[in-house]
Formats: sequence, C-alpha cells, structure tokens
Amino acid sequence: MNSRLAAITLNTFREAVRDRVLYNLIIFALLLVASAPLFGEISIGLEKLILVNVGLSAISLFGIIIAIFIGIGLVSKEIEKRTLYTILSRPVRRWEFITGKYLGLLMTLVVNAVFMAVGFFAALLIVTRTFTRDDAGLLVAIYFIILQFFIVTAVTLLFSSFSSPIFSAIFAFALFVIGTFAEDLRNFANLAEGLTKWLAIAAAWLVPNFSAFNVIAQVAHGEHIAGQLVLFNTLYALLYSTAAIALAVLIFERRNLK
Amino acid sequence: MRAPAIEILGLSKSYAVGFLRKSLKPALQALTLSVEEGETFGFLGPNGAGKTTTLKLLMGIIFPTSGSARILGQDFHDPDVKKQIGFLPEQPYFYDYLSAPELLDYYAQLCGMPSEERRKKIPALLERVGLPDAGKTHLRKFSKGMLQRVGIAQAIIHDPKVVFLDEPMSGLDPLGRREIRELIQELKDQGKTVFFSTHILSDAEALCDRVAVIHKGELRGIGVVEDLQSKTAATSEVVWQGSHALASAGSLVSETHTTGEIVRAVVAAHDLDMLLEKLRQQHAQIISVTPVQGTLEDYFVSHTSETEQARA
Repeated sequence: MNSRLAAITLNTFREAVRDRVLYNLIIFALLLVASAPLFGEISIGLEKLILVNVGLSAISLFGIIIAIFIGIGLVSKEIEKRTLYTILSRPVRRWEFITGKYLGLLMTLVVNAVFMAVGFFAALLIVTRTFTRDDAGLLVAIYFIILQFFIVTAVTLLFSSFSSPIFSAIFAFALFVIGTFAEDLRNFANLAEGLTKWLAIAAAWLVPNFSAFNVIAQVAHGEHIAGQLVLFNTLYALLYSTAAIALAVLIFERRNLK
Repeated sequence: MRAPAIEILGLSKSYAVGFLRKSLKPALQALTLSVEEGETFGFLGPNGAGKTTTLKLLMGIIFPTSGSARILGQDFHDPDVKKQIGFLPEQPYFYDYLSAPELLDYYAQLCGMPSEERRKKIPALLERVGLPDAGKTHLRKFSKGMLQRVGIAQAIIHDPKVVFLDEPMSGLDPLGRREIRELIQELKDQGKTVFFSTHILSDAEALCDRVAVIHKGELRGIGVVEDLQSKTAATSEVVWQGSHALASAGSLVSETHTTGEIVRAVVAAHDLDMLLEKLRQQHAQIISVTPVQGTLEDYFVSHTSETEQARA
C-alpha cells in the first residue's frame, strides 16, 4: 500500500474512533454479555438458538447502520468543510482519496465486528458453559457479515460520490433491503414473463445478493457451511465492492468540488 | 531562460445556472498572467471577483472550462508539481479531532515525507509559526488565529517552492494579521514564490512585489505596486496665505479648506503650474506644495467600480 493511501486510511479510522462510534458498540457488546443469563431465564432449552440469532443479527445490523451513516459523510463532509482542498493540493490522486476513505471505514467496521464478536462469544460461554466443534460455524457467519460490510460500504461510498448525504443514505439502505431479498427477486424473475421478467433478472443481478451472506439461521441450528460458499461469497464481495469503488472513483475523478 | 513559477494561460471557468434552461455563468474569464520565481504576488479583488475560483482551478479542486496553467514549468495537473506547492484555503477548517502535530504529520505523510524527517521537522515548524506549546490540544479548541498559523504550517511543511494563500488574513484581529504578515515576509525572505489573494489592500501594499486586480472574473490590471500607485490620478496639496486668491484660482482646485487667511487645497498635477501662476499674480504667499501619491486603494477602486460604471 502506498504511503498516501495508508495515511488516508489510518486518518479515516482515527476519525471514527475519536467520534466515539466504537465506544457505543463496545457498550453494546458489554450489554449483550451482561444480559446473557437472561436468555436462559426466558427461553429454557432455546437459549443458545435465541442468543445466536439475536447476537449475530445485532452485529450485522449495527455494522450496516454504521457503514451507511459514516459512509454517506466520508466524501461530502470533506467537501463541505473544505478539508479536501488541502488534501487535493498535495500529490494525492483522487482514487487514493476514495480508496483510502473506503479502507479506513472498513477497518473501523472490522474492529467493531471483532469487539462485538468477543462480547457475543463471552455471552455464549456464559449461557452454554462450553464451546463445541459446531461453534466454528459462528465464525463463518461473522466472516460473512464482514463481507457484507465490504459491499455496503462500497455502495454507500459510490452513492455519496455523486449524491447528497440524505439521498445516499436512502439509496444505500434501500439497496441493502432489496439485496437481502435478492433470492426472492430471482425466484420472481423465474416466474415472471415478458418485460417484467427481464427487468427482474436485471435487478436481481445488479443488486448485491446479501441473502447469500445470511447464514445465521443455519449456524444457529449447528448446520455446516460449505467451503464452496465461503469461497464464492469471498470472491463475490471482493468483485462487487471493487466494481462499486471503481465506479465511485470514475465519478469522483470528474467532479468539480465547489 | 527560466520558466515562470506560475504561468496561467487563458484559464476560464463557467458554471451552468438555471434549472430547465441552463445558461453558462462565467466565474473566471480567460485569465492570463505569470509570476516569476521568488516573487510575492498579490491577487486582489472584491468578494466574489474570482480569486478563490482561480486558486481552486490551480489546485485541481475544480476543472477549467478552457485554458491551462503551468507551475514551475510543468502542467498544473501533474501530481509531481504538487510536491512543490503549498496551499492555504480561505478560512480553513482542519480535522478538529487531531492535534496540531498530528495534523502536520498527516499532511507530511501525504507529501511522502519520511517519518524521521517528520519527527524532526514538526516541532521546529510549530515553533516557527508561534505554536510551540500546541501539544496534544485538539484543533477544535484552537482560536481562529491559531488555526490560521496551523494552516500556514501545513502549507509549508514539505518546504514547497511555491505557496498559494487564499485570503490568509481574513477574519483575523490586527495582532493575528500582523503575525501572518510576518510569516509571509519570512517566506519571501527565503526566496519562495508567494501567490496570495486578498481584499485587504494594506497587506498587499506592504508585502507584494506585483499585484493583479480582478473583478467579475476579469483581469483589470497587473503590475508593480509602485507603478500602479503612480498610475492613479496624481495630485498635489498646496497651502498658501491669502484667501482673496481663491476667487480666481477656485476653478482649478478641489477639497478646499480655509482657516482665516490660510487656504489648503488639492490640485491635479496638470493644473499645478497654472495655480501657482495665478497665486503669484494675486500676491498670495505660497507656504507649501506637497505631491500626493496615489494609493493602491485608489487604483483598486478605480478599476473595480469606475470601470464598471463606465461600461454599464
């Protein structure tokens, strides 16, 4: 990684940390640990299932919310406050700025996810007293959640490269919701006919397929996750986010920053 | 022959205005000027004249509608050129969650400065801009004057050859302005090329070798400060004793003040001989004749308002 890219990445991470975003999530993780014994009280026999569903969904949802709400301001805040002027007057290429911002936010989200995962596993230990071999699947589910962050952050940054923060948030959140139901969209495309079929196929291929990343229900029931899915999801997340960032760079390269 | 430090060649910028029927509104019209190495150049104009637009174009923040520029002989969009330039935007806002040393370290990294050099240079630079005790205080707690000094520090951290400053004194109190003026003077003494925009004419008069006046996106005048001052209507103040002479000389003078028998009046340079002749004929006693030099302000006003009225 070149030194300018590294500097922008670390500064973006530092901004998020000093914005106290991470602290809120550490508090959340601690609350989850503290509330773990309650799951045993309210759902005898199902405590692990509920804890895994609630814990992993929370890690995913909190991360997505942070990705969107920090992501929409990554570029616009720098333009609005004119901090970008002093960056672009240096030997910094615009693609380095966008990529650095992306990697910085991603780093923030990964650190968040790690902290929350530690809290989640601590809660799990309190409830189940021991870890089993099947619990390795939980790590895969968390890995998939992080891969979702790759895509959501890239898509948010893409929208924010040409749109206002509020519209970027709406677009990114809408895309996340549609992407969560991507499998249903594909099923609908198979059933539809004519123009509707083609539009549904186009939409199904264009929106990120987040449903493939959601294995929470499977791991909660101790099901094994195929290695092939891990490989496909990894490649898909890398390709999709690279394409979104490349498009964001293409737009940003031509933009007059008034 | 050495290339000019800054060479602006017909740079213009227009913005599309209107919603349905878009029309182009020019913000800068075919600006051409050059600044030599080591020169301190003032870019003057009232608010909204196109000064910031010019600087934003030169920094690659916005793209020109037409024209180009060369800095130190290279195309202004060449990233290598940017290693040689420093920029302070108007009313800068910096990452307020950072301390001054952290901010400078960040900018130095963006310029590719090695860590060893950064460690040595940052405390020395903070000392130089009068912030030796900035320490770990976050920039959100800094006063406007302190931020401006941090701004100058970030612009020169990498020891650039050309420094662009956009309204460096705006919004500062007299003490703050003096400090920034001294810093610019230091840059000038070090042989740096300084290009700064301002609408505070006394600053330009005190610091600049040459100035350009821009108004409504158009270059209205350019030259050495003293030459521009002498281009403004030269007048003389004449003081004499004998108010009776005013009756015949009155048509030649303006701004007349009479205190008893003593008359003080301002006369245009080309009418001076005739006035003195008339005063002698009236047996008035001439006490003094003082040439009044035009100021940069006179030049500025005449090129940003009268010209405008004449054109209207």
